[in-house]
Amino acid sequence: MKRLNYRVVLLALALIFGIVFSIPSLTQSEQGRKITLGLDLQGGLHMLLGIKSNVAIDSKIKSIAATVKYLFDDEEIIFDDLQVNDDQRITFELLDKDDFLRAKTLLSKEIEGITLEVKDGYFTLFMTEEERIRTQKNAISQAIDTIRNRLNAFGLAEPTVAKQGQDNILVEVPGVKTQSDKDRLKKLIERAAHLQLLAVDEDRIARVATMSEEEAKSYGDVILPDVYTGEKYLLRAIPVLDGSMLTDAKVGFDEQNQPVINFTLNGQGAKIFGDFTGKYVGKRMAVVLDDKVYSAPVINERIGGGRVQISGNFEFSEAQDLAIALRSGALLAPVTIESERFIGPSLGAESIKASSLALLLGFILVVVFMVFYYGFAGVIANIALIGNLFLILAVMSLAGATLTLPGMAGIVLTVGMAVDANVIINERIRELLYQGRSIAKSIEEGYNNAFTAIFDANVTTLIAAIVLVVYGTGAIKGFAITMGIGILASMLTAIVGTHGLYEYLLPKMDKKRLKFWFGIQVEGGK
Amino acid sequence: MEIFKYTKPLSLMAKSKRFGAVSVVLLLISLGLILFKGFNFGVDFAGGTLIQIKYEGAAPISKIREAISVDKAYEGAGVTRFGSDDEIVIKTKFSSQVLGDDVGKKMHMLLKETGKFEVRRVDMIGAKVGSELREKGLTAMILAIIGILAYVSFRFEWRFAIASVLALLHDVTIAMGMIVLFNVEVNLDILAALLTILGYSLNDTIIVFDRIREGIRTMKTSDLSTVIDESVTRTLSRTTLTSLTTFFVVLTLFVFGGEIIHGFAFTLLVGVLVGTYSSIFVASPLLMWLGFSISDYRLKEAEKLKRQKEKEKMRAMYEQGML
Repeated sequence: MKRLNYRVVLLALALIFGIVFSIPSLTQSEQGRKITLGLDLQGGLHMLLGIKSNVAIDSKIKSIAATVKYLFDDEEIIFDDLQVNDDQRITFELLDKDDFLRAKTLLSKEIEGITLEVKDGYFTLFMTEEERIRTQKNAISQAIDTIRNRLNAFGLAEPTVAKQGQDNILVEVPGVKTQSDKDRLKKLIERAAHLQLLAVDEDRIARVATMSEEEAKSYGDVILPDVYTGEKYLLRAIPVLDGSMLTDAKVGFDEQNQPVINFTLNGQGAKIFGDFTGKYVGKRMAVVLDDKVYSAPVINERIGGGRVQISGNFEFSEAQDLAIALRSGALLAPVTIESERFIGPSLGAESIKASSLALLLGFILVVVFMVFYYGFAGVIANIALIGNLFLILAVMSLAGATLTLPGMAGIVLTVGMAVDANVIINERIRELLYQGRSIAKSIEEGYNNAFTAIFDANVTTLIAAIVLVVYGTGAIKGFAITMGIGILASMLTAIVGTHGLYEYLLPKMDKKRLKFWFGIQVEGGK
Repeated sequence: MEIFKYTKPLSLMAKSKRFGAVSVVLLLISLGLILFKGFNFGVDFAGGTLIQIKYEGAAPISKIREAISVDKAYEGAGVTRFGSDDEIVIKTKFSSQVLGDDVGKKMHMLLKETGKFEVRRVDMIGAKVGSELREKGLTAMILAIIGILAYVSFRFEWRFAIASVLALLHDVTIAMGMIVLFNVEVNLDILAALLTILGYSLNDTIIVFDRIREGIRTMKTSDLSTVIDESVTRTLSRTTLTSLTTFFVVLTLFVFGGEIIHGFAFTLLVGVLVGTYSSIFVASPLLMWLGFSISDYRLKEAEKLKRQKEKEKMRAMYEQGML
């Protein structure tokens, strides 16, 4: 009498589930969810970026100072000695006592996140701690968005840009194959892309060669070099406009067929630009990117429509990357690199080959040994083992998990440990058979006796795996995830599944052929 | 087929002092190695840069050394063969935070004259990340141990928990000693291997303890060493078999897994051997040395059962009263 029991049905379902859902991963077909290979297996670039968020705070303080100046000028409050000290606080003096209260209410109304101290007519402005934290957080999230935009525009497959921990950015780009790809990519990420249009100080530029930075500052000017020749320019420090008013940037070609970058300004920018060029015909205006002068053409006429061109001796790819950087916006704070892992494509392929070979050989060894040692009971254990492998693959495929080299090792190891449950069970069954019990009784009791041991052992290993998933990074996490899935899957296949197979086959089992079924010989029995 | 056919219990407990001595000696040697020689931390934990380069043909090591020493960052950098004749690894403590300073670019500049090559791998870890990884690794290990302690205490008894954790520390310490002895570079993967040993060794110990727990319930004797001998012998076949299958797999990983996975597989190999030894010879005697007494345990279990029954009775009465 054969009877289909729920355990066999469960095993069959698990097998079908496992095979069906691991097919897309095994054949690497286009359709269906599949396992993505980690960077260590397919090659690529992994970077952990840091961010100099204090730079963002510095520029925030400077912009607060600019706002203070603008507000006081607007309200005709007379002030003196406005300064940013140690990039920490803003100080100024009010000359008219009657203005004190007015200034205080104005500042606290118009500027968020500051505290104010007054002593003998001297005002000191601090950024509050919350505002500092907010500024830092902003700088990070803005950097993440910007870098993501840039990498998406760069055109390599599926880059990952994500926040990691408090103040780091994780960047993963698969498919970076050559050194020049890598160089371009890093340049693109690093670029601040801070675009400014600055007026040339035509009255004083003749003296720029001998002028110090301080002197330039006293006129409200800055000295900036030409990007190619290093020639110095004396420019008005307050920009006509900057990159925040830019709506689009594209690569085009000029009359000499040289690549140039054409960018378009938004309405406000176009108006400012039109007014400015109308007012200063015959003067020069510098296009400045990241504190380098790219060109400083003479304004021939009023330019309306908000279209501006950056020319330079660009390579085409350079112009293209620059346009991407401009489009995606400026970085508020410079990024640093905390760690980098680069794996060339050939090494990844080699790792896959080596670990697959190890997996296959280890698997064959275990399978052969089990049959050799346990007879048909070994075959049953092997069916569970195969089911276990497919289940791991299927679950990982469905979860869209990433398979890394340590993950491969985790699977290999699971093969070794998953048979453990069946070894325990088989040993228990043998013990009972030696005691002269019937096969049915031995199987039933064997599973009962073995269960607590397997359960407790698996739970403790699972505890270790969970801790690793939570606290581990990268390599360790991948390893722990596959191991965890493997343990859970083995509970289903190795305990429930094999039990079902025994029940299904029970009517065929015969005490005279214990050698065939369980690999032992029992003389007589008690 | 059978390797260990149970006939009568082995008298292991009688020899437990001898095994204890072996363990203590191994532990002392390992601790000595760890303390006085110290770990060979790789870039993951120490910070620095590792570059793997494959040449077309044999790599000219001395030429490479000379060529890179021009650069300050690579003064005193290690250049060693990696797996085969045409592959090398360059290691330096230096790491750069500047995005534009690409290591591959630099290698192409410095090693221009040494032949045709490909940069196959770069691992650059800043000092901050390195120490963070080290901290996180340690936290993971400690938390895992605490979790295990709690679970085993709950399922067995506190002495079982202490004994299993001691056995586990025994295994991890000896594995670490071997890592130091064979100068295996300690990176994240080695940490993963150590944590696997932790899980594996525990697995083995729990199986034996489970049998002891069963023995306490089913056997009539109150003599702990008799119960332990019986239980260890009963599980001997399983312990060795599982170790054997795991050993097979790890061995293939060690032999065929490639250079990158070598350290990982080596650590596991040691772990499997030590883990098997400890679960047979170390964990159970610890139980006895910790002063575990079967009669006390039975008393407590009986009390627990009584209390539970009383509770149920009370509840039944209460519910009836409510009705």
